Amino acid sequence: MDLVLLIEQLLNGLQFGVMLFLMAAGLTLIFGVMGLINLAHGSLYMIGAFAAAAVASATGSFILALIASLAAAAIAGVIVEMVVIRRLYDRDHLDQVLATFALILIFSEGTRWVFGSFPLYLDVPSALSGAVELPFGISYPAYRLAIIGIGLVVAFGLFLLITRTRIGMRIRAGESDREMIAALGVNIAVLYTAIFALGAALAGFAGALVGAIQSVQVGMGEPVLILAFVTIVIGGIGSIRGAFVGALLVGLTDTMGRVLLPVLFGAFMNPSAAMAIGSALASMSIYILMAAILLFKPTGLYGSA
Amino acid sequence: MQRETLINTVLTLGLLAVPLAAWAMDEPYTITLATKVVIFALAGVGLNLALGLGGLVSLGHAMFFGIGGYAAGILASHAQSYEPIMEWPFLIEGTQSMPVIWVMAIVVSALVALATGALSLRTSGVYFIMITLAFGQMFYYFTISWPAYGGEDGLSIYVRDRFPGLNTLDPLHFFGLCFALLMLGLFIVARISRSGFGLALNAARQNEARVRAVGIEPYRLRLIAFVISGAITGLAGALYADLNRFVSPVMFSWQTSGEIMIFVILGGVARLFGPVAGAALFIILEEVLGGVSDYWHIYLGALLLIVVLFARGGLIGVLAGRNGGGGHD
Repeated sequence: MDLVLLIEQLLNGLQFGVMLFLMAAGLTLIFGVMGLINLAHGSLYMIGAFAAAAVASATGSFILALIASLAAAAIAGVIVEMVVIRRLYDRDHLDQVLATFALILIFSEGTRWVFGSFPLYLDVPSALSGAVELPFGISYPAYRLAIIGIGLVVAFGLFLLITRTRIGMRIRAGESDREMIAALGVNIAVLYTAIFALGAALAGFAGALVGAIQSVQVGMGEPVLILAFVTIVIGGIGSIRGAFVGALLVGLTDTMGRVLLPVLFGAFMNPSAAMAIGSALASMSIYILMAAILLFKPTGLYGSA
Repeated sequence: MQRETLINTVLTLGLLAVPLAAWAMDEPYTITLATKVVIFALAGVGLNLALGLGGLVSLGHAMFFGIGGYAAGILASHAQSYEPIMEWPFLIEGTQSMPVIWVMAIVVSALVALATGALSLRTSGVYFIMITLAFGQMFYYFTISWPAYGGEDGLSIYVRDRFPGLNTLDPLHFFGLCFALLMLGLFIVARISRSGFGLALNAARQNEARVRAVGIEPYRLRLIAFVISGAITGLAGALYADLNRFVSPVMFSWQTSGEIMIFVILGGVARLFGPVAGAALFIILEEVLGGVSDYWHIYLGALLLIVVLFARGGLIGVLAGRNGGGGHD
């Protein structure tokens, strides 16, 4: 195992973690303020990716594609919130899980209906298509590096939005006492819709960015959704900081586990058995991490009871 | 309550009449569909015990469904290849005998439910939903990446497993077996919900603090309920493996957990026959809407939304009125 490969994998893990954060931030905000489990968050991710792919193939512009992903996911988020989600805030978690599971079915099949079953492709913009030379003789794809940068900028922007602005203040107030801020004259319905749209836009944005590395297809949202849930559970549901730490933990554990575990078992086993056990364990590693963290902190790393 | 009993009787008779009529008209496909309803209903009956009576929203019951399926698949595949499963410290050979497979499916599911339940029940609310989901995903990814039993491609059972005295290859015989097990499962759950244990479990769902105050520990009640629930769903998984003569990691996927939950909700949470009504409705919808449109999941999703938003008692709740089942608060 040489150092160059290790650093490349670290960067991959970081990129994965940053993308997870964009998904997890919306989920955790929506849960923190409205108390809603939104399984359909993965569908918003998919909508963003499809909107970006459609606009990119029509106009050829990656920037327009990213804007389209933000807009499409935010609009879908507003519609879903106003038609379905706002009826669920007072319901128990079981109803929320089922209703948003139903939304997944509707969104997935609807997208398949419109775009067909074949995956679409979103090209990496030509300015970012090459590799960048980093110190120690590492060359790393420019686009993935850009994703890390964009993700960190968005994370910082979100941090500023929540800690430094009036709307952020309302969001934080909503997290600690919903009834009270409604009583103080904040239009809570509009605030909820805005938070949902913000979470949706972040998810759609993540979908578009990842769509250029992977293929854009129906069902792409659900694996990411589950990882995002693992992320916010590890971090403590409702905590943005927890989502950030959790996302990086999950991203790095998953990526490094896949590289290191087969090597680790190879030290005292024959190669094929080590490969099998190593990769089997690696694919379970983040769930083991989550179970272990919940055992010691049943409400996650930064969660409040 | 009487209306619900009537509905339950009609459901049971209907579930018996459809395959018999299909047998008379020589339509084996319909018998297979009815068998599928019965097996899914049994899986739902298992979940309903944890979800309806215990209030434990488990999004990981595919775990037990899959374990039951793989218990059947692994035992049968070793029997087919005449290779023992292990020779040391004692010899375990594969088998194609259904009773042995069922016992194995029930025991392994129960043990896994005991281990995962003991950990998961330390949390509650959303964390419980998510940790059960995570345990399910663990098994899903493990079976995908573990090559010994087919990995992602799954495992075929070339000849359906045998049951003494019956020809399980005959669809009607196999249906009869599954139906008998469903009735047994319903009987057990009905007895449990009327026992002191069931009442205490239901009380713990409604008001944990009061149950504690009278000296009952909710954790133990819930753990026992989770284990029984997992064992019943595991048995359904073993039957499902034999129905398809095939098992694959899909049985472990979280969509399977979601579908088992749909059976319970469509029919009516905490209603004894809720999962039966829900599974029947699901399969009928799949057949009818699947014939109308390739995109039938849209209609299923819309229907599910309507049930959750407006018809909260599910099918049986709508038919029998809201004051029926024992699980309402």
